[in-house]
Amino acid sequence: MAATTLDRTAREAVASACADVRDSEPADHVGGVVPGLVARPADTDQVAEVLRAAAAHGLTVVPRGRGTKLSWGLPPTSADVLLDVSALDRVVGHAAGDLIVVTQAGTRLADLQQVVGGGGQRLALDETVSGASIGGTLATNASGARRVATGTARDLLIGITVVRADGVVAKAGGRVVKNVAGYDLGKLLIGSFGTLAVITEAVFRLHPVPVASRWVSVPASDPAQAQQVVQAVLHGQAVPSAIEVEWPADGQGAVHVLLEGREDGVEGRAATVRSLLGEAATESSDDPAGGATYPWDDGDTCLKLTFVLSALADVLETARETGLHLRGSAGAGVAYAAVPEGSSVEAAQDVVRRIRETCTRAGGSAVVLDAPASVKATVDPWGPVPALDLMRRVKDQFDADHRLSPGRFVGEI
Amino acid sequence: MPTPALSAVAAVADRLLPADGVITDHARLRTYECDGLAHYRVTPALVVIPEDAEQLAAVVRACAEQGVPFVARGSGTGLSGGALPHAEGVLIVTSKMRTIHAVRRDDQRAVVDPGVINLDVTKAATPEGYYYAPDPSSQQICSIGGNVAENSGGAHCLKYGFTTNHVLGADFVTADGDTVALGGAAPDSPGYDLLGAVVGSEGTLGIVTSVTVRLVRLPEEVRTLLVGFESTDHAGAATSAIIAAGIVPAAVEMMDALAIEAAEAAVQCNYPEDAGAVLVIELDGAAIEVEQEFAEVERLCHDNGAFELRVATDPTERALIWRGRKSAFAAVGRISPDYIVQDGVIPRTALPEVLKAISDLSGTSGVRVANVFHAGDGNLHPLVLFDDSVEGAGDAAEKVSGAILDLCIEHGGSITGEHGVGMDKSKYMPRMYTDEDLDTMQLVRCAFDPQSISNPGKVFPTPRLCGEVPGRRKGAHPLQEAGLAEVF
Ligand SMILES: Cc1cc2nc3c(=O)[nH]c(=O)nc-3n(C[C@H](O)[C@H](O)[C@H](O)COP(=O)(O)OP(=O)(O)OC[C@H]3O[C@@H](n4cnc5c(N)ncnc54)[C@H](O)[C@@H]3O)c2cc1C
Repeated sequence: MAATTLDRTAREAVASACADVRDSEPADHVGGVVPGLVARPADTDQVAEVLRAAAAHGLTVVPRGRGTKLSWGLPPTSADVLLDVSALDRVVGHAAGDLIVVTQAGTRLADLQQVVGGGGQRLALDETVSGASIGGTLATNASGARRVATGTARDLLIGITVVRADGVVAKAGGRVVKNVAGYDLGKLLIGSFGTLAVITEAVFRLHPVPVASRWVSVPASDPAQAQQVVQAVLHGQAVPSAIEVEWPADGQGAVHVLLEGREDGVEGRAATVRSLLGEAATESSDDPAGGATYPWDDGDTCLKLTFVLSALADVLETARETGLHLRGSAGAGVAYAAVPEGSSVEAAQDVVRRIRETCTRAGGSAVVLDAPASVKATVDPWGPVPALDLMRRVKDQFDADHRLSPGRFVGEI
Repeated sequence: MPTPALSAVAAVADRLLPADGVITDHARLRTYECDGLAHYRVTPALVVIPEDAEQLAAVVRACAEQGVPFVARGSGTGLSGGALPHAEGVLIVTSKMRTIHAVRRDDQRAVVDPGVINLDVTKAATPEGYYYAPDPSSQQICSIGGNVAENSGGAHCLKYGFTTNHVLGADFVTADGDTVALGGAAPDSPGYDLLGAVVGSEGTLGIVTSVTVRLVRLPEEVRTLLVGFESTDHAGAATSAIIAAGIVPAAVEMMDALAIEAAEAAVQCNYPEDAGAVLVIELDGAAIEVEQEFAEVERLCHDNGAFELRVATDPTERALIWRGRKSAFAAVGRISPDYIVQDGVIPRTALPEVLKAISDLSGTSGVRVANVFHAGDGNLHPLVLFDDSVEGAGDAAEKVSGAILDLCIEHGGSITGEHGVGMDKSKYMPRMYTDEDLDTMQLVRCAFDPQSISNPGKVFPTPRLCGEVPGRRKGAHPLQEAGLAEVF
């Protein structure tokens, strides 16, 4: 593993910017790069001070939330300082009457849900990896099954506070659901993998927790049948909260439809869905096996696939042919898939190439979120990225020295 | 006299566009001098009306080469002066780009030209059982390109969101004249969400030439309810009770007594007599669910002092209820010769307090204010009434209108919920955002449009010089100090 050493003046500058600074340990590595220092600022101001110190001494900085998805993306080309925002862990305010929550970025999603859950509300983002922070969820644009009904982070984030690479603190958006004053910087930060600015605070709109929920499931073994079932639900009137597909590398797959709402309403709509899915359909109040989590284990090559809804069958077909285990939102056109650990680099490359071909043809993309180092080093994790030049220009404006998470993102931004 | 730079752009347009797509005649140029905010007027130096994206990109490229500012214009219904022309610049109008290229039911997508009228997307999708959800009141005339630029909302965005939640992809001509694809038909494109930044950027980053939108399934059931209350406080309390019950109606709209009076005079909507406020509440979705929620909404309205409830069950009755609300802006023309349409947002729970403060403002200034708003999400549209023929009345109205924005900011809200900043509100931006916030937003501007030629002078009160090192600037902008930049 590559270790980083910092000179003394630089270390002292970071240490005086933030009370909690320590030497790194091997476990602090980001994609195999062990940082020089770990700084754990207490608030937005200290994050700004750390970034100013880093700027003054030419240090690279990699932000870290709770580390649950830190291995995603390419390894940084350099990580002088690991900026751990986990001490920013407060839910700042829950305005239940306005269905709004203000939170610091290091707060665990689950902790936030607990706070707002008390008021019968939720942030409509599934926890796809247990222990994930708000900041990390935003930076990776993680989403789960319920995106069919309530969308993703971009549909829920209404305000954001960030610290720029030069240490300037800036806000965009606000604390009201409806607001078109100024550019929507929140959208730019979502999915930016820590390369544009450090997120320190976020404001979200909330949804009421539904009284009742029910899953209706049907086995599916043939891609065309799975697509036909999904299309029937999409064009029906059941208003599903999720339409999931489970597609193991071999054997029987399944389509799961989630209905949420009022007691009688859910019951009636579940019956509607059952009639669409046929006699083999079953109902359950438990999440299907796997739930909102990703279909992979440690060491797998982990893919995020997107496609237009009508291409589901093609994607499932290619998944079957290439031995992928796939799970995801058939109702949104987003799925996750795993190439099992132990596959050769060549095999993984081949799978990525073939599924990418299918997804690209389907108007979408295939991104390698995570993979063993040997695979990451040889595949293009992002695939074709239109408007890459414009993205580079945005990066250069926000972070001219490429101080933040260098090399981790598209085009090695 | 056109400048040589402008003549060069005109020459490119003349070469590529049909004759009726290039306007230089002064009288005809003047027909484009304003958008929906008619008291700002600037005659553009040149108007071009391209037929397709290639022609449009070529004109933008010529502008970039010559350093000539350009302004995009859709239908010109914007209410913040966003499409106000530049006196030395080119106005690029999308009114000839009106093709709906695809309606893909199985993908729940449509692909449309930027000049396509909002309502026409829904009309094209309806036979397939779908519609385009964002529904600004201007939907019969405004363009999708304008909607994208303004991130327009509508009465139903409480449940369904705004334009930004329904646009997945766009072809986009940068301020250099390059064409790039942003987003796509599938969600979550890899890379920065540039489309997310473009939506709502009011034409200051470049021009959208094709838009891929999400289509939404037409609901099985729609129920519309008109409810009369004694006062806006009662109506506000009912709104809060509905939301607190975990119900997300498709729409909750409020009008106060003065707005009702105007609507009555204009369209005889026959709203409950003597109402101090009415709510228009709409629920939609699966029939069985709507049924139950509806019963609860009725109960909550009664509990909060509703004295009259009228239910629409078919489209005709529904249209009747909506008529008063939808005509409200124009209707105040019946009770006042002139008026300002304000657009501000507050947290919904601050509604009673803010309405009281507005009424106090009105009382002390003698300026009448009619209130029409999206109560569900706290988006106020106070209509500030005045008579321009009375000396000083316009200024007094302007003052009240500005003070209402201050109220919104004081209560943690926004200076605009859907009409945009444009020309009109850039001066208020520093009340809502710090210099650092505005500077950071303009980093995006610098990335997209370093020459600052795409709709310059809008949104931001002070332009940022793009070449400078971030964070080093202190005091006045160097261009300003040198007397080189106009500060609008
Ligand atoms: C009676 C009335 C009711 C209204 N009701 C609502 C409402 O309920 N909700 C709401 O949100 N708004 C409402 N509006 C405001 C207005 O209709 C919207 O802002 C609308 O989206 C503007 O569309 P347009 O085509 O008229 O755009 P224009 O006015 O022509 O332009 C608006 C802005 O968009 C830019 N622009 C236009 N086309 C493009 C393009 N292709 N690419 C990039 N930039 C472009 C322009 O430069 C300008 O900055 C209303 C207006 C009126 C007159």
